[in-house]
Amino acid sequence: MKQLKTNNVMLHTLVRIVSFVVLAFSIYLFFAGHNNPGGGFIGGLMTAAAFVLLYLSFNMKTLKKALPFNFDLLIGGGLLIAFLTGVTSMLFGFPFLTQFFEYVQIPFMGEVELTTALPFDLGVYLVVLGAALTIILTIAEDDK
Amino acid sequence: MKHEVNSKEVVFLTALHWVTVSPFLLAILIPIIYKYTKRIHTGWFVLPLPLILFIFLISNLPDISNGDVMHYSMPWVPSLGINFDVYLDGLSMLFALLITGIGTLVILYSIYYLSKNSEKLNQFYVYILMFMGAMLGVVMSDNLIVLYVFWEVTSVSSSLLISYWYQREKSIQGALKSMYITVFGGLSMLGGFSLIYVMAGSFSIREIIANVDLVTTSSLFVPAMLLILLGAFTKSAQFPFHIWLPDAMEAPTPVSAYLHSATMVKAGIYLIARLTPVFGGSPEWFWIVSVAGLVTLLWGSVSAVRQKDLKSILAFSTISQLGLIVTLLGIGSAAIYFDGVPDELYYTAIMAAVFHLINHATFKGSLFMTAGIIDHETGTRDIRKLGGLMTIMPITFTISLVGLLSMAGIPPFNGFLSKELFFTGTLNVMNYEMIDLSTWGIIFPVVAVIASIFTFLYCAILFFKTFTGKFKPENYDVKVHEAPVGMLISPAILGALVIIFGLFPNILSYTIIHPVMTSILPNITEQIEVNFSLWHGFNTELFMTFIVIAVGALLYVLMKKWSQTQFYLNERDPFNNLYDHGYNGLIKGSQAITRVQMTGLLRDYFVYMYTFIILLAGYTMFRSDAFAVDTVNVSEISPYMWALSVVFILATLAVPFINNRITVIVVVGVIGFMMALFFVQFRATDLALTQLLIESVQVVLFMLVFMHLPKLKKEVFKPGFSLVNMGISIAVGAFVTIMALSAFAMGSEAGFDTIAEYFIANSKELAGGYNIVNVVLVDFRGLDTLLEILVLAIAALGVVSLIKLRFTGREDV
Repeated sequence: MKQLKTNNVMLHTLVRIVSFVVLAFSIYLFFAGHNNPGGGFIGGLMTAAAFVLLYLSFNMKTLKKALPFNFDLLIGGGLLIAFLTGVTSMLFGFPFLTQFFEYVQIPFMGEVELTTALPFDLGVYLVVLGAALTIILTIAEDDK
Repeated sequence: MKHEVNSKEVVFLTALHWVTVSPFLLAILIPIIYKYTKRIHTGWFVLPLPLILFIFLISNLPDISNGDVMHYSMPWVPSLGINFDVYLDGLSMLFALLITGIGTLVILYSIYYLSKNSEKLNQFYVYILMFMGAMLGVVMSDNLIVLYVFWEVTSVSSSLLISYWYQREKSIQGALKSMYITVFGGLSMLGGFSLIYVMAGSFSIREIIANVDLVTTSSLFVPAMLLILLGAFTKSAQFPFHIWLPDAMEAPTPVSAYLHSATMVKAGIYLIARLTPVFGGSPEWFWIVSVAGLVTLLWGSVSAVRQKDLKSILAFSTISQLGLIVTLLGIGSAAIYFDGVPDELYYTAIMAAVFHLINHATFKGSLFMTAGIIDHETGTRDIRKLGGLMTIMPITFTISLVGLLSMAGIPPFNGFLSKELFFTGTLNVMNYEMIDLSTWGIIFPVVAVIASIFTFLYCAILFFKTFTGKFKPENYDVKVHEAPVGMLISPAILGALVIIFGLFPNILSYTIIHPVMTSILPNITEQIEVNFSLWHGFNTELFMTFIVIAVGALLYVLMKKWSQTQFYLNERDPFNNLYDHGYNGLIKGSQAITRVQMTGLLRDYFVYMYTFIILLAGYTMFRSDAFAVDTVNVSEISPYMWALSVVFILATLAVPFINNRITVIVVVGVIGFMMALFFVQFRATDLALTQLLIESVQVVLFMLVFMHLPKLKKEVFKPGFSLVNMGISIAVGAFVTIMALSAFAMGSEAGFDTIAEYFIANSKELAGGYNIVNVVLVDFRGLDTLLEILVLAIAALGVVSLIKLRFTGREDV
């Protein structure tokens, strides 16, 4: 795929816009998860799809420039976040991975539900994103 | 004498628990301490712990001597009957004192033995502490499973210590050998423990002893006994499993002195002693234990004579002495066989075993340490090179002399006392009222004398070859001089104990030996008299000792003659060949098995998995007659669904017949999107969304791997091969369908609510979310999700390592 040198203006222009729409939607999906379709797994996959779209229409170099961090760190970080969320409940004497939720009034936003499931889901999101990107990009970069 | 048991259920760790736990905690801290205190020898930080533990234990000794027993229980896995129970009676106390006492001396010794500049001290002390904690755990656990866990930890730490100088090929081999043999025994021991649980319904040793009738009357009695003895014999290096111990001498000498002579190898003896109340009353136990011990005693002492390496001689000597103790335990078990007859005839052997256990720890510990000193100061342990060290290393010489005289059984040292008692024990066998023992019993004292002659002989060889003769400076690479004082303290203390226990043996009798015998023979304690004396008059035992000294001395004088025979020149134990062949066979065998099944073809692995699942689940369903189809509670199928199904089925059927890869990818994509539509139709938005995303990402993946894939070509198979594969595929499909239908039928028949009902009802209430799928993922089944993302992470790692660390085909995998 790297040898693809054609300057596809239509594709580039379109992807520039679409990828942001997809990214925004993926973040919406992630937050919507608790009460509407979505969640960490779907959100993570969608984000990965957006990045893969960028990669397909541009190339690795551009993608690395746009996202200058190591994707494998996401995997470890995500696992750590999910695990620590589980451990936190143990500090208060509850079994591992007991989740809590509370409704909070925040000015201008009205009633907002805060849950410990959210950081856990964030862990899932990061692992899925990291794993999908790592797998795809490792295969893509392999030219042996 | 009172026998109250301080039994308490506790939630937190008691002081007694801390005795076993604290070495592990210190082991965790050692690497940190090592890193930041380079200038001080790490051993100084380790030394206080065994010393404190020793003082703590000895402060409890008066209670134990009075017959008290300390017992604390802490639940671990109570549902399986596994509790972290610590139990301190006479037997445990003796071993705990040995472990901490000798441990203190060994660590002090190691500070001078291992240089802080060139050795990996952090590793050494971590392993040593790991071993110490585990060994204390073995002797203080009342629960057999906990005991087993600690038992295996001692095997592991022992192997790690043997391979401490892992650059040496022999260290690795020795470590592997000890690992294979002791872990093999450990596993069979676990089997034996499980059988005991089947019989007695408990893992607690105290409860098993209390309900010993359940065990003795069971048909599993003998199998359980054999399995457990296998564990004990491998650990205590009994014939023919003894071959690992000489190879374990590759470890640094402090380790040899500590693990491979004073403590770990006595774990098997501990187990035999501990379980004597359970198994001891049977003739099988008497014969197996005493004969195994007797053969080991003889084999070890004869083999020791053939060795040329100081530590090898000591290793075979240890094997032989362990055999001696095991023999005595076997002979003494007759006290239970004769149902508590309070007869000195029987229990003398147990008394001798306990006494010799203590004595052996003292003289063998000091001998190992002096051997280490000689090695350390001269650079060699070969008795053909050594000689004339008496004047150069006078203190080492004195300590060695005391230890060797004791080991050879010469008065007034403690080894003489226990050897006399050993002779008494073997002579008593002739008077046992057992079948044929009046005639065959003569074997016991005869073997005892022969083995003692050889013991005397190797003691003489050790002494004269090392310390007398002419000192030849050209044999050594270094300038030979006496060891530093710090190194001499530990062996000197042990040597002093040899003399003290020899002159005043009765300071041990009621403080420790009587409580230990109470543990081994719980029924006849009241009548036991423990009394030692140096002089018994002119009796058979003394006469036997004279024979031993006379013949032993004669053999040493004649050494020039027999040292040219094959017996002496070939020092390798013949059982090593057996092990080598077995080891090679094992590797060849497992390679052959692996080659048969690991073909490298994904297709074959699918065949294994599917066949297994279908056979297993199909058989289960057939057994429980679970096939059922419910036609009543079925809803209408809309025309739209029909259309979807038709496309779905047609696409699936088409896949095997397509020869173009792009087309295959497209058609599989069709199947995936159809699946998503099914989800939409059932209003499972989350699933549909996920499926669509997966399909999209999958298309990209296919594109990426496309150029790496080989050309799809028509493969020609035998017709049978394709038929079998087709059969398996159809069976998988049919099986899944039938399972789903049957599950549905069973649910509606029995009126079960599906688990979904629970989630629907509680998702908002308990987890505060309306999206059930997500709530299930993050809350109700959060642990599943956590492990699933772990799997995902491992999969990513797998892909990365497969691609980035690709083999070129020449590596040794």
